[in-house]
Amino acid sequence: MADPTNPTPDADRPDSAGEYTEADYTRDLSTAVSLDGDVVGTGGLPERFEDPGLPPHQPRMSDLDEAAATRAERQVATLFGISIIGTLGFLVAYFAVPVESRMFFPGLGSTVSTSNFLLGVTMGLSLLGIGAGAVHWAKTLMPDEEAVEERHPMRSEEDDRAQFGEIMLGGAEDAGLTRRPLLKYAMGGALGLFALPMVVQVVGSLGPLDRPWRRLEHTFWDGEEGPDGTREFTRPRLVRDPQNTPIRPEEVTIGSAYHVQPEGLFDLDPHHQLEAKAKASVLLMRLHPDDFVSEKARDWGYEGIVAYSKICTHVGCPVGLYEQHTHHLLCPCHQSTFDVTDDCKVIFGPAKRPLPQLKITVDDEGYLVADQPFEEPVGPSYWERERR
Amino acid sequence: MSETTASRPAAALRADDKPIERAPQGAVGKLGGVAGWVDDRTRAAKGVNYLLRKVFPDHWSFMLGEIAMYSLIVCLLTGAFLTFWFVPSMGQTVYDGSYIPLQGVVMSEAYASTLDISFDIKGGLLIRQIHHWAALMFIVSLSVHMMRVFFTGAFRKPRELNWVIGTVLALLAIVEGFAGYSLPDDLLSGTGLRAMQGFILTVPVIGSYIAYALFGGDFPGEMIIPRLYAAHVLLIPAILVGLFIVHVTMVAVNKHTQYPGPGKTNDNVVGYRVMPVYAAKAGGFFFLVFGLTALIAAFAQINAIWVHGPYDPSAVTAGAQPDWYMWFSDGALRLLPGWIEFTVFGFTFSPNIAIGSIILLPLVYTVLGAYPFVERWITGDDREHHLLDRPRNAPTRTGVGMAAITGYTVLALACVNDIIAIKLGMSINDLTRFFRVAVFLLPILVFWITKRICLGLQRHDRELVLHGRETGTVIRTPEGRFFERHEDLDPYTRWRLVSFDTYRPIELEPATDANGLVRKGARKDRLRAALSRFYFTDQIHPVTPAELAAAHHDGHGHEALEGAAEEEYPEQIGADR
Repeated sequence: MADPTNPTPDADRPDSAGEYTEADYTRDLSTAVSLDGDVVGTGGLPERFEDPGLPPHQPRMSDLDEAAATRAERQVATLFGISIIGTLGFLVAYFAVPVESRMFFPGLGSTVSTSNFLLGVTMGLSLLGIGAGAVHWAKTLMPDEEAVEERHPMRSEEDDRAQFGEIMLGGAEDAGLTRRPLLKYAMGGALGLFALPMVVQVVGSLGPLDRPWRRLEHTFWDGEEGPDGTREFTRPRLVRDPQNTPIRPEEVTIGSAYHVQPEGLFDLDPHHQLEAKAKASVLLMRLHPDDFVSEKARDWGYEGIVAYSKICTHVGCPVGLYEQHTHHLLCPCHQSTFDVTDDCKVIFGPAKRPLPQLKITVDDEGYLVADQPFEEPVGPSYWERERR
Repeated sequence: MSETTASRPAAALRADDKPIERAPQGAVGKLGGVAGWVDDRTRAAKGVNYLLRKVFPDHWSFMLGEIAMYSLIVCLLTGAFLTFWFVPSMGQTVYDGSYIPLQGVVMSEAYASTLDISFDIKGGLLIRQIHHWAALMFIVSLSVHMMRVFFTGAFRKPRELNWVIGTVLALLAIVEGFAGYSLPDDLLSGTGLRAMQGFILTVPVIGSYIAYALFGGDFPGEMIIPRLYAAHVLLIPAILVGLFIVHVTMVAVNKHTQYPGPGKTNDNVVGYRVMPVYAAKAGGFFFLVFGLTALIAAFAQINAIWVHGPYDPSAVTAGAQPDWYMWFSDGALRLLPGWIEFTVFGFTFSPNIAIGSIILLPLVYTVLGAYPFVERWITGDDREHHLLDRPRNAPTRTGVGMAAITGYTVLALACVNDIIAIKLGMSINDLTRFFRVAVFLLPILVFWITKRICLGLQRHDRELVLHGRETGTVIRTPEGRFFERHEDLDPYTRWRLVSFDTYRPIELEPATDANGLVRKGARKDRLRAALSRFYFTDQIHPVTPAELAAAHHDGHGHEALEGAAEEEYPEQIGADR
């Protein structure tokens, strides 16, 4: 069949340049065309047009006119000159401009780092000058006659392919792989297993392997983790984040919201503080008691003050946006929306579960305290979440 | 020693040695002693000559991959610089640098050292910003490069392997980017890591084990930044650079594809040689890309990590978005409804999270990587293709590609739904609902529109070939009739418009053999035939010389020809081997 990209020269047509002469079009068209519509047959014309070959070369200004070429030469030299100026400018800016100086630049404001701006601009010029110079040089002064290179099929010669097979199979034969199956299986086994020590070392030692999900079940509200891994619930006070001060119910006005942590969390070292905060963070809000749809919200709260986990049940971002008038909590990461009046159930977005509620009350001194730890794991879902 | 064993001086020959020839003093001598010195030891001249004389075709779209290559080099260079100052540690420290608003704040050393790079090290901010901009440019350009390769069919045999390598490179680039922007340990990147931990927790059975392994304990722990650092500066770049070298080598081995045109065949490469033209153009282009990145870094601030402060798991900023290449994944997370999470036998499945994160990312790149093999199966075309398709001449592929881009774009826009809602004063809930529908419907619509546009453009090509160019010259005949003179296309222009291939849809063999037994693989063949029909039923065939002759013979003939063009006719060239 005809290879369309390589039309065979048409013997009937001496015009090898591929031009269709008048004669081509007037040859016995009655067999080629029925004039009321369809084309029938080819009328002796080739099935496909023929590749006319590379178009004639169009010389550039600089090829024809020595003055234009000289002009181009000067332009290229100027561009390289700009690069040199840029490089020198960078050196000056580096040593002359202090790192802390600030400047005004239209559109960028008045706190633009002078050093960064000047270094970037001069470095840019230094590089762009070279780039533009080289490209302009290539386009104006270097030869623009196209070269043609032959392609060859990617596959190797048949002989080489055959030889490869012989070498591989012959080599296996010579090594005795086919005659001594024991060697084959022993080597296969050894090679199959040798990576195991490396894999086991890295996989086994990266993190805790003993049911790590157990650690997702507890928060700092359960009490600080003792050396033996146990926690003792001590009805911790709710303290403001980051002031670390306890809260009296009367300070929480209707409509207000507090970021809250368990008392004692701020006494941890900074590193453990972050880990504790990642699970224990709580949002405290006060609504009018009549606003609640759910009985539990009232029971677990204190005179309309309710505390919910701030860790989104979707992927764990802090649910930071509280809309006072609608009593909705919105997670800024993926817009899961929780209804505070209705047990923080999800009313929109990709989260499935409500935010866990922290049962609160007041202690003898009149400060808000946790009456019990969270009843369920806070934060995102995980495989073993229901296994408690 | 020589005195006692004077049998043969070292310089003398053995009986069967060939006489030593003097090293030629010709061209190498002219080039200078160093090249000669190297060649004496490497025999490199022949190979280097081959490379220097190699011909590359010229087209602006071939520079997209080049931009990706150069951005990667800029990233490697600036990244190496950053390692001199960046401290990959989550150890807590009190900031005492020159950025006043954060003085005295407890933060990780990673964050503090990033602040130092930004405020106290001269040129540090510039290098950091070039690094980030070049990384973004790398992923943008490789994505657009990938689209170019897709729409022009450059992935076809023999380049499927390189397409797969490119796909892996694209995925690695995203992972590398994520690891990179997580390193500063500011509030935004920490929130990203928090979400990543949430994604991993949804992996069935071993999710919590993987999360605890990666973070080395509870989130955030003290391990994740050092580990991401090792991945970001060592592991991933090593694979990235290795695959990238293979990718570029394969381009040289396969020789570059070229657009169809006069004189360009499947068996040649028409273009310019490396020396001197491409040495100057491509070398210069590296400087252009680097220089442009430096200018952008001077004018446009990126990732102002000092604005949000150090990471705190209880704090978050509104309008939190990842870098753009993660948008589609994050957007999918925003669109997936929560109710699809469920529990079976006390075990929790969270497809509402998993689909948008740990499934979507690998899935997209697997589908991409598999495409050449699927198309090859449908067309049954086993020829080598070195001539590119004009996208209009592959209407269904172009439509499929545009549909995929549309789906991707809808997901990406869903990731900025909060920003769109604020800027346009719209309800975020309505926007999200719109995107939920659009992600399914828009691709279908765009597929259809794209395909119609392609077919329209192809018809226009036919029209142009058959009718010629409108000259604007109006002629009045002696009878008083007016008509515009059309001028025949010159053969070079015409060749561009008629030199493409069409395929015939595969015809289904009977599902049962002569004995009435169901043939093996009949169902698979049915699917293949259906896909082949989907791809090739609506086709515009190139004008044949006979059609042109007919159009010449009768100025009205072409209307009738248009109708004939879409029908099957026996002379068709295609996949019938």
